[in-house]
This record gives sequence, structure tokens and C-alpha cells, in this order.
Amino acid sequence: MIAEAGLAALWLAAAMAALQLLLAANVVRLGRPSGSGSPLPFRGGVGVGEVSPSPSPVVSPHPNPSPEPKAALGQREGLSQQFARAIRPVAIAQGALVALAMLCLILVFARSDMSVRLVVENSHSAKPMLYKLAGAWGNHEGSMLLWVTILGLAGAAVAVFERRLDQRTLSATIGAQALIAIGFYAFLLIASNPFARVFPAPADGNGLNPLLQDPGLAFHPPTLYIGYVGISVAFSFAVGALVTREVGPAFARAMRPWVLGAWIFLTLGITAGSYWAYYELGWGGWWFWDPVENASLMPWLAATALLHSVSVLATRDGLRAWTIMLAVVAFSMSMIGTFLVRSGILTSVHAFAVDPERGAFILALLAIYIGGALALFALRVGTVRQGNVFAPLSREGALVVNNLLLSVILGIVLIGTLYPIAAAAFGVQLSVGKPFFDKTTGPVALALMVFMGAGPLLRWRRDTASALLKRMTWPVAGFGAALIMLVPFAWGIGVLPLLGLALAAGLAVASVAPLWGRNLRRTPLFTWGMVVAHLGIAVSLAGMACDSAFTKETLVVAKIGEPHAVGPYWVRLKGLRPVIGPNWSAIAADLSITRGQDGAPFILSPQARYFSDPPTSTTESAIATKLDGQLYTVLGKPDPGGGYQLRLWWKPFVTFIWLGGAMVALGGALSLLGRIRRGRVRVAEEHEA
Amino acid sequence: MMFLRRHAGLVPASTDQQAIALEPLDRRSPHGGPRHKAGVTWGILIALMLIASPAFGQQTSLADVQLRDPAKEAQARALMATIRCVECQGQSVGDSDAAIAGSMRALIRERIQAGETPGHVRAWLIERYGDYITYDPPMSAVTWPLWLAPVVLLIAGAAIARSSFRKRRQG
Amino acid sequence: MKRALLWLPLLLFAGLFALVGFGLLRPADRTVRSALTDKPLPDFTLPALLPTKPGVATSGYGGGQPRLLNVFASWCVPCKAEAPQLMKLKAMGVPIDAVATNDTPEAVRDFLKAFGDPYQRIGDDRQSKVQIALGSSGVPETFLIDGRGRIVMQHVGDIRADEVDAIAKAWRDAR
Repeated sequence: MIAEAGLAALWLAAAMAALQLLLAANVVRLGRPSGSGSPLPFRGGVGVGEVSPSPSPVVSPHPNPSPEPKAALGQREGLSQQFARAIRPVAIAQGALVALAMLCLILVFARSDMSVRLVVENSHSAKPMLYKLAGAWGNHEGSMLLWVTILGLAGAAVAVFERRLDQRTLSATIGAQALIAIGFYAFLLIASNPFARVFPAPADGNGLNPLLQDPGLAFHPPTLYIGYVGISVAFSFAVGALVTREVGPAFARAMRPWVLGAWIFLTLGITAGSYWAYYELGWGGWWFWDPVENASLMPWLAATALLHSVSVLATRDGLRAWTIMLAVVAFSMSMIGTFLVRSGILTSVHAFAVDPERGAFILALLAIYIGGALALFALRVGTVRQGNVFAPLSREGALVVNNLLLSVILGIVLIGTLYPIAAAAFGVQLSVGKPFFDKTTGPVALALMVFMGAGPLLRWRRDTASALLKRMTWPVAGFGAALIMLVPFAWGIGVLPLLGLALAAGLAVASVAPLWGRNLRRTPLFTWGMVVAHLGIAVSLAGMACDSAFTKETLVVAKIGEPHAVGPYWVRLKGLRPVIGPNWSAIAADLSITRGQDGAPFILSPQARYFSDPPTSTTESAIATKLDGQLYTVLGKPDPGGGYQLRLWWKPFVTFIWLGGAMVALGGALSLLGRIRRGRVRVAEEHEA
Repeated sequence: MMFLRRHAGLVPASTDQQAIALEPLDRRSPHGGPRHKAGVTWGILIALMLIASPAFGQQTSLADVQLRDPAKEAQARALMATIRCVECQGQSVGDSDAAIAGSMRALIRERIQAGETPGHVRAWLIERYGDYITYDPPMSAVTWPLWLAPVVLLIAGAAIARSSFRKRRQG
Repeated sequence: MKRALLWLPLLLFAGLFALVGFGLLRPADRTVRSALTDKPLPDFTLPALLPTKPGVATSGYGGGQPRLLNVFASWCVPCKAEAPQLMKLKAMGVPIDAVATNDTPEAVRDFLKAFGDPYQRIGDDRQSKVQIALGSSGVPETFLIDGRGRIVMQHVGDIRADEVDAIAKAWRDAR
């Protein structure tokens, strides 16, 4: 019954979405300014305090030549009010229903209900409860349901929390969200039903891929999806703004917290995924330029550019077209990524159970949504008045360069990821991977770091080169000092890691520079956010460069008692013992490790695990995290000549990579908090005035 | 979803166990494992005892042992990261646990130890498997748009930036 | 000019859509085929795996008679499915050699006892070197080498019952 209840909830949610769309369309249509040319005042119990006073009033290019009679106007207004009042509850109901459907699916997995096909294919009664629950989204249908759940909840959140936007634009936004939702509900209900039953019910399931039986599965997909799908709100805002032509600072101020919120989760999700792959796959890599990884990176790049662009629009009323375009691109990249991962056209470690028919369905949805949004952009953006002017050497100018460089990186990743398909069209099978992406995005990213350092030190609107250079003295000094210190180590390190380390030092100094000379207690929270986030990038860059430059690797066949060196550590294999887990058995190697010859010894126990359902073997790495790096140990296969293979790595400062990522997310959170508090203060002031 | 793949290139199980080839597309190559929990500990202990006796007496392959010369080892490592594993296909041979990936690592190390340049070894592998096997697409008639793309994008970006500044100055 | 530029994103997306749509229509072929088809057999020498049969070397090819070269292993399940087909080909008079990759003499002997022995020569390729030298990406695979020592055909995967006749015909034509 639970499965049926879930399915029913899903259908009802789809119906709610349709209703939401109809209501929104009518509000937008009915609320179109007519005759007088000034926007109709929409007061009354809708919860929005006032009409948003755009500093640059948007005039409709087609004013109604014959104004409507007063009676009809009043009737339209009344009808529009009714519809507008209904939209919020409908959106909330949709969110609640789809969340209920997701809950039903999780419940069905928790109970190991083997009459549901998805549970049979992806779960097993012997699994630990955490993986039963997380297994709900460890497959195509379940993760797609999670996708639309976040979409619905995001729409509901906009309906509940958004108070700054005027009614018509808000309705258009919620309507756009509903339009997207309908397509994906249709996909789920028609082509990927998660609640399909199987009869007769088998005794037990096929089990979950052992690589997925890890806490990472509980954390990485939901976090990633909240970001990945949460950026749909930005897309809906952009579409809503294009429909009602309300592109201005008020719109940007309303959109900014949503972009920030989604971006924070996307950053966390990608960072978590990277760390999970690092410790799970057993070879110490943390980014593989795998197509699925690229599919999550591309929205992040667009969202980062968007988040900077929206700030310019909010504070300086500039970069209007850029902001709208980036909002459309960010979620388009999310949707394209969803398609790529599930269609089977790209080879990846990550790929779900794929089906070209489902791929075709999503592709059709993509054509409608992205094509529609881009057409709307081309048609409407020209009528949105240009924003304020600024000189090339200014903070706006630096942000334009920032947008461009991020877009270039996004373009390179997109082209590189899709190129094998294009080549296949000409009958050529080729691979595009790490060497290509490192060589092409590396230099562009390093150039971006320079602008990231200089940007916050530039004044708005116009600045002079001499003033900038003066403010940049300390960051440049940091860069130079790091370069000099690294010269003794420079032999054997590549150019990119060397530059990366030096730039990280310079960037670190540059990111705290905006705080100098300020009263730190009165510095706004969002400035702290910017400082922490940029510092996080510098930290992450330093970690990546250290990993490339200074990792020490030792691959040996270890016999019991033999010492082997890796970095500053000595590793001895003390012995092997069997270990039994909940649904696996393993051989664990006890390694006695000392730092130098006389350090205090500690034990690490990497394992080689064997699962029975499905029959697979995995390696569980054992990692010791120290202040200055990580010691990464993996147990390999028994050697025919006696002894066991051991893979040992000493990775100095590798944790900085993910620490930096967490700092970036923290910076975003501080910014978000700062903006929300500032917004509340402003709304309160406006109410009092 | 699991299904039997026609073409199996699998890790061989230890001699006292049957390896069953279940090779789903979305999983890495499985290793045959003990089926019943009850016999597991014994199975492992037996396997451990087998290790104590030198059953095969062959030399250790270079699949998981480093070369003595650090410069050559670095070259080999760098090359391995750019060769695709033909079995799992989603990873490089430097990151894969598959048997044939190990054989390729051993082959790469041996050839570099013998004095061949990494470029030569890569060319040798491409000769046998085609361009698909290298993650670093060689410059050719098919790939020049790919390598040119970053430059084109940068130029396009600069043009947009310039036009946006120029517009500003007029507007 | 600026007007036209606004439509560029839509145009680019249309191009991308066409590209991935095309990618969808063609089912992706994940098998990695050898690039040595129509090229001479690479130089190699493999010692004998079993005392009862000679090893395999390039010198044994190109003597005018085409031969089949089968890459297999005792631990490979589809190889067991393929064995009856290989026995049928042997009965038709097709000479078949084996490259035993990543395997041991004892295991191969047991395999041949259980599933039949269609091979004239068996080479010991413990380190899979020859398998890689041939451009083979897994087991089982079968190469047809013609009378002049060129690789004429590669069959990836196990040979099915309905493919036996085609392979036998190809062998006859390869003279």
C-alpha cells in the first residue's frame, strides 16, 4: 500500500503542478499593464508588502491604445487577485505531496519490501539500515524522484519565503517552476516509475553495488541535488523576469539568496563527492574529469558566475543580460547533465542503468525548456533597458572578466565532454580526459585567480591603475615570496603546480586585503563571506598544487616485518587477520607506522573486502590524517612469490582541497546570512516608513 | 541492473573458488568471492595458507611494483594516467583494479625501464587499440577543432568584453 | 548585428541538441576492437604452456595456411560456452591455436579435460603481453590470420553456434 500511496502522491503532485501553471499563466495574463501605462497596484492579503519600485521603470512596448472600461478592469483585477492568492497554497501543496512520495519510497526501502521492483534490483535485507535508506536514491528512478522532490520543494520554498518580488513576477516565477516540474513528473510517471511492482515477489533483492555502501551515499547525492536542482529557482526567476520584463535591482535582490543557497549546496555536494571518490576508489585521485563529474562542475561554474553577476545587478544595476543568460545557462547545464548521466551516450564510472529511450524523453524535455528559455531571451532581453555604465578598470569590469573566464572554462569542459560523440559521428572512436582538461582549463583557471585577487580591491564604476597597483602590493609580495621559497623544490614540479602554489599564496593575501583598515566588528557579514570564500579557493588551490607536486608513492610487495618508506613514514606489515562485517567478509592488514625511525607507532588497517550479494570485491583504504597531510594505505592482492601488495601514499596538505571547498561553502553561508539579515532590516524599515 | 556480458575480461579468483562473471555496465569488474557466510572465515584462512606456500614461483610483475629509477617511474606513472582501461573503460590503467589494467601497467613500466620514451609506448598502444585508448587526444584532422576550441572561446570572450565596455561608454 | 547575436545561444543549443540526439540514435559500441585488422601479425614468441603441445610464435604463421588464434583463459565463463563451437570448427578442419592469458598449466589442463581440446598449439601468456600486443581487450577473442600472416578478422566475445559457419567460410576464403 505504501508504494501505491507514493504513486498516488506523485500523481497528485503532478496535478498540483498543472494547476499551479494554469493559475500563474492567468495571473500574468490578467495582470498585464493596460491603458494608463503604470503597473496596477496589487494590494490585499497576498502577503507582499508593496509593488517593487524598480529604479528604472519598465515601460511596456505595446501600450494598450484603447484603455479598458473601469468595470472590466475591476473584474480582471478581482479575478487576478483570486488566482494570485491561490498560487502559494498550491505550490506548497505540490511540494508537500512530492515530498510524501519520496518518503514513501524511502519507507519501502527501509522495510525491504521485495514486491517493489526497484527494491529488488537495488537492495538486500541484510544491508545495514543506513544503506537501505540511502539506496533509495542510489539508482536511476529513485534519484530522479529525489530530483523532482527538490524541484517541488524549491518551488514551495519560493512560495513560502519570497516576499520581495511583485505579485506578477512572483507568479510568473512560480509558474515557470511548475512548467519544469510537469515535464519531469511526466518523465517519472511514464518512463521511470519508481513504485512499479514485481509479481511474484522474490525472496530477496540483488543488493546494492558495494562501492555505494558507504556513508558518502547518504550525504553526497542529496546535497548535490539540492544545489543542482535548487538552481532551477534562478532559472524560474529569470524566465519570470523575462516574461514580465521586470529585470532590475529589486529582481536581483530577490533572486540572490536563492542562487546563494543552491550554490552553497552544490559546492558542498561536489566537495563531498570528490572526497568520497578519493578514499573509496583506492588510488588517491580526487578528480577524474569523468563525464558525470563534469556534469556537476558545469552548473557550478555557471552558478558561480551568476552569483557574482547578480550582485552587480543588485547593487549597481549593471550586467542585466549577463545575469539572465547565466541563470538560464546554469540550470540548463543541470538539465543537460541529468540527461548525459542517464542516457548512456557517454562512458563513465558513474553511469546509472541507462536506456536510450529514457534519454530521448529527457532530451525532448530539454529541447522544450532550454530552447524555450533561450528563445524568450532572444525575444525579450532587447527591450530590457541597459544598465549603468562603468569603466573597464573597475570592479564591474573585473566581474565581467570573471564571468567570461568562468564561461570559457565551462565551454571547454562542455566541448571536451561531448567531443567523443561528435567524433563518433565521423566514425572515429576517441577519448578526451584528464590530459586535455588539465592542459586547457589549468591556465585559464590560474588567470581567473589573478582577477579574483584583484577584483575585490577595485573600486566600483571607475578606478585607476596606480591605485590598484598600490593595493595589490602585499598580494604580489605574497606571490613573489612563495615563488622564491619554492625555487629549491622547483626541480621536478610541473609549471602549473608551481604557479598554482605561488598564486594561492598571493590570492590568500588578496582575499583578506579588503578587511584591512576596517573596523572588523562593523564589517558586514557578507563581506566576511566574500573573504572566507575567496580564501577557501586559495586554500583549495594550494591543496591541489601540493597534491600534484609533492605526493610520494610507494608500491611494494610487503612481507611480514619488512620496513618500507613512504615520505617521512616507515611502514611495517605486522600481520593479516580475517574480519567479518554485516554483509561482507574481509582480510585486514595491520600496518605499524612510525614517523621517522623513532616516532610513536600507530596502526592502520586497510582491508580487502568480499561481498556475496552481488559477488564483488573492493578495497577499503586506511587513511591517517595528520596536520601536514594524509598517509593513504591500500591492501592489494597476495603476491605469488609470497607477501602482499601494498600501495602507500604520503600526500602533503591534500586535505586543503576539501577544507578549501568547505570554506567556500561557509563563505557562501555567511553571505547568505548577511543578506537575509540586511533584507529583513530593510523590509522592517520600509514598513515603518 | 546486472547481466552476463558476452565478453569477459575478469580478475581470476583464487584456485579454490569459482569466479562467476556477472558484469553489469555500471559496476567495476567483480572479483569472485565466497558465497556463503558460514564458510567465509575458513575460505579466507585457507587462502592465507595458500599464500604461505610458494605455489607459482614466478617473478613479481611490475603491475604494482615501482621502478627503481624515480625519474623513469614518474614518466611511467604520468603515462599510465593517460591510458584508458579497456575493460572498465571509465578509468585510467593507473586507477583501475582490473587484471588487464595491471598487465598494461607492467608493460608500460617494462618498456620505459628498457629505455623507450613514453611517447613511443603510447604510440605503440595506439597502434594496437586505436585513439580510443589514450585520454590525451593526439592532434589530427579530427581533433584540431577540439584543441582550437579554448583559443576560440577566449577570443570570443574578449570580443564580448570589449563590446560590452564600448557600449557602456556610448550609452 | 547585436540583434543577431542574441539568437546565437539558441543556435548553439540547437547544434548541441542535434549532436547529442545523434549520439542517442547510434547505440554506443563499448567494445574496444583491435586496430591491427588488415595488418601483419606482430612479432611474438610464447613458450608452451603444457608439455603435450608446442607454444605459439609468429613464425608459425604465414606459411600459406590460414589459422585461427583464440585468446582464452580457464577462469573465463564465456570461454566455456564457446568451447563446443571451437570443437566443431576443429572437426571441420580449421587449425586453431590458443593464447592462454593470465593462467596456469594446471587450470588450463582441467579446463581442456572438462570442455574439450580444439587447439593444436597453446602459448603461455601469463603476463598478458601478447594479448595486449594483439590489441585484444578481453577474453574470449578469436583472430583469423591468413596464409601471408596478416590479421584478417577479429571476433570479439564467444563464438555462438550460428556463427560457426561464417567463421569457417572466412577461413576458407582467407587462403
